[in-house]
Amino acid sequence: MAAVARVKVRRPGTGRVIGDRFVGRALRIYLPLLVMLVVTLFPFYWMAITSFKSASELFDFSVSPLWVREPTLDWYRHLFTQTNFPRWAFNTAIVAIASTLISLFCSILAGYSLARLRYRGADTIGWGIFVTYLVPPTLLFLPLTFVIRELHLFNNLWALILTYPTFLIPFCTWMLMGFFKGIPRELEEAALVDGATRIQAMVRIAIPLALPGILAAALFAFTLSWNEFLYALIFMNDSLVKTIPVGVTQELIHGDEFFWGELMAAALLGSVPVAVLYSFFVDYFVAGMTAGAVKG
Amino acid sequence: MASVTYEHVTKKFSTDTTAVDDLSLEIRDTEFMVLVGPSGCGKSTALRMLAGLEDITAGEIKIDDQVVNEMPPRDRDVAMVFQSYALYPHMSVFDNMGFGLKMRGSTRSEITSRVKEAGRILRLDQLLARKPRQLSGGQRQRVAVGRAIVRQPRVFLLDEPLSNLDAMLRVQTRIELQKMHQRLGTTFIYVTHDQVEAMTMGDRIAVMKDGVLQQVAPPREIYDQPVNMYVAGFIGSPRMNFLPVTISDHKAKASGLELNLPKAPGVEHGVLGIRPEHFLPNVSDADAAIDLKVEVLEVLGSDQYLYGKVGSDDLIVRVDPQLKVDIGDRVRLGLDMQRLHLFDAGTEKALF
Ligand SMILES: Nc1ncnc2c1ncn2[C@@H]1O[C@H](COP(=O)(O)OP(=O)(O)OP(=O)(O)O)[C@@H](O)[C@H]1O
Ligand SMILES: [Mg+2]
Repeated sequence: MAAVARVKVRRPGTGRVIGDRFVGRALRIYLPLLVMLVVTLFPFYWMAITSFKSASELFDFSVSPLWVREPTLDWYRHLFTQTNFPRWAFNTAIVAIASTLISLFCSILAGYSLARLRYRGADTIGWGIFVTYLVPPTLLFLPLTFVIRELHLFNNLWALILTYPTFLIPFCTWMLMGFFKGIPRELEEAALVDGATRIQAMVRIAIPLALPGILAAALFAFTLSWNEFLYALIFMNDSLVKTIPVGVTQELIHGDEFFWGELMAAALLGSVPVAVLYSFFVDYFVAGMTAGAVKG
Repeated sequence: MASVTYEHVTKKFSTDTTAVDDLSLEIRDTEFMVLVGPSGCGKSTALRMLAGLEDITAGEIKIDDQVVNEMPPRDRDVAMVFQSYALYPHMSVFDNMGFGLKMRGSTRSEITSRVKEAGRILRLDQLLARKPRQLSGGQRQRVAVGRAIVRQPRVFLLDEPLSNLDAMLRVQTRIELQKMHQRLGTTFIYVTHDQVEAMTMGDRIAVMKDGVLQQVAPPREIYDQPVNMYVAGFIGSPRMNFLPVTISDHKAKASGLELNLPKAPGVEHGVLGIRPEHFLPNVSDADAAIDLKVEVLEVLGSDQYLYGKVGSDDLIVRVDPQLKVDIGDRVRLGLDMQRLHLFDAGTEKALF
């Protein structure tokens, strides 16, 4: 405000004032942003350049490690031909997509019914689901291991597709419940009077209006299952059924020997789908976070 | 076209909130029935039970002699206009209006022709492709009405459809709704808390208070013969003056006047009711008279209202706007004995 006031007093358009304003903005806004950006992006940068460095350059400490002199795609070629990485990526995608779809289907129904239908115990069930979400996987994996063994699902992708919803459904249900509560009840009542059944009112009115929330929930679910480590580590021992997080950490590190080039290449490729999804849906994602936060 | 019957209908939301209490009301075929009452008196609840949006705690609701208590809303063939309009935000005006027909399995061409027809009647032809958020309040209201009329339902339910409009538009839309009722010849049930809407629109008016039906009658009768003090005070603006009186035989005595009642009411304590418009400018010997000490003047062009005191009681009087009065003046006015009401001070019921 001070800068604006000064413009009025002086002759408009003098370089000095504009300079002042620019410097002020830079100091107050862009400098802190830049610092944050550097801190958060540096690991990614390191990961990226490492994956393009040749073997000799990787361990040559006489040159600056901050850039690449002779970029090479060797590690990527190696990753795709010498390891099971393509298989892991495929597995991860299948598991993430399937468990996201299953969780969404269940959470939409559960969230809708908890938000809309009046039945005995609805509130208790709502709280119950929230508490379930708070139970950490580190506790839950023990009983789940028994279940998976009884079902003979070790080394089978179904083991993950079925266990991921145990933490995805409570989370998504809770989030979608807030979204459905935010939609005026009268819209569906109007649809009911107009001749719709309860299911039609849900499908044609509530779900289209909750779409931002559903997309956000889908994004959360997809990210969580894409990155999930613990269950995948326990249930998947055969190299061909591993997911990226497990495959990379188990098979690209042998004892104390780190295959840095492949590791970094795999980590970079593994984070691409999630990054792409977020960049497309970032607005929905933010909307989802806040809606889930204020509605309870 | 249908008649609607409420038989001893009660709605309790919990053990201690009774929204509608033993409501019995018959609405005739093609009638325009207005449910009126203050906020929270259970008007909407009564309407929503008929639409099937609320369970009925006790009693029966019938449409054309068929009990509908357990019937899902979609099978009742009623249409409802909500106070908030409840337009589907993600659909165009066309789709909003056609939704009910689509749900009932009408063909595409039938939907198009019926929506176009309704759009023409409601002057929405140019707006059919728009989304609700791109419409003004008045246009939204018309879409809400349009959504109801394209379906050609047996009964129209309207829950305060005008309360979100400005005063001018409200009067205009009120007249349009009346025309619509005449044109369609369908039963209308109209909820409002506005007594002017009730008086101008209703074939009959049902006045409610705290979930209890007070009186059902044509507007004229409600105005002329209110059954109790509540109805007398609710209908009419400014409201009826109430003067507590003590009665002995034919004589009624208030703080600032004394008069002979046409007949002995047989109670000791009463409340005299007289509307502001029922005072006479000239006092003849036969009439009772009052001496009003004027405290506030309101000149509205067509009318002039005097606010003042008779004895220790407040009084509002309508007089000719040409009458020259100043604050502090004492004005002598006659009482129209034909128009006088007397209520039992204890039960508040009308004695005459
Ligand atoms: N879903 C509900 N749960 C509990 N109480 C309710 C519910 N809906 C209405 N009520 C209560 O029932 C009573 C009647 O409500 P209703 O909405 O019928 O009033 P109304 O006459 O339509 O008032 P308004 O003119 O303000 O719309 C009120 O006391 C209200 O608090
Ligand atoms: Mg209401």
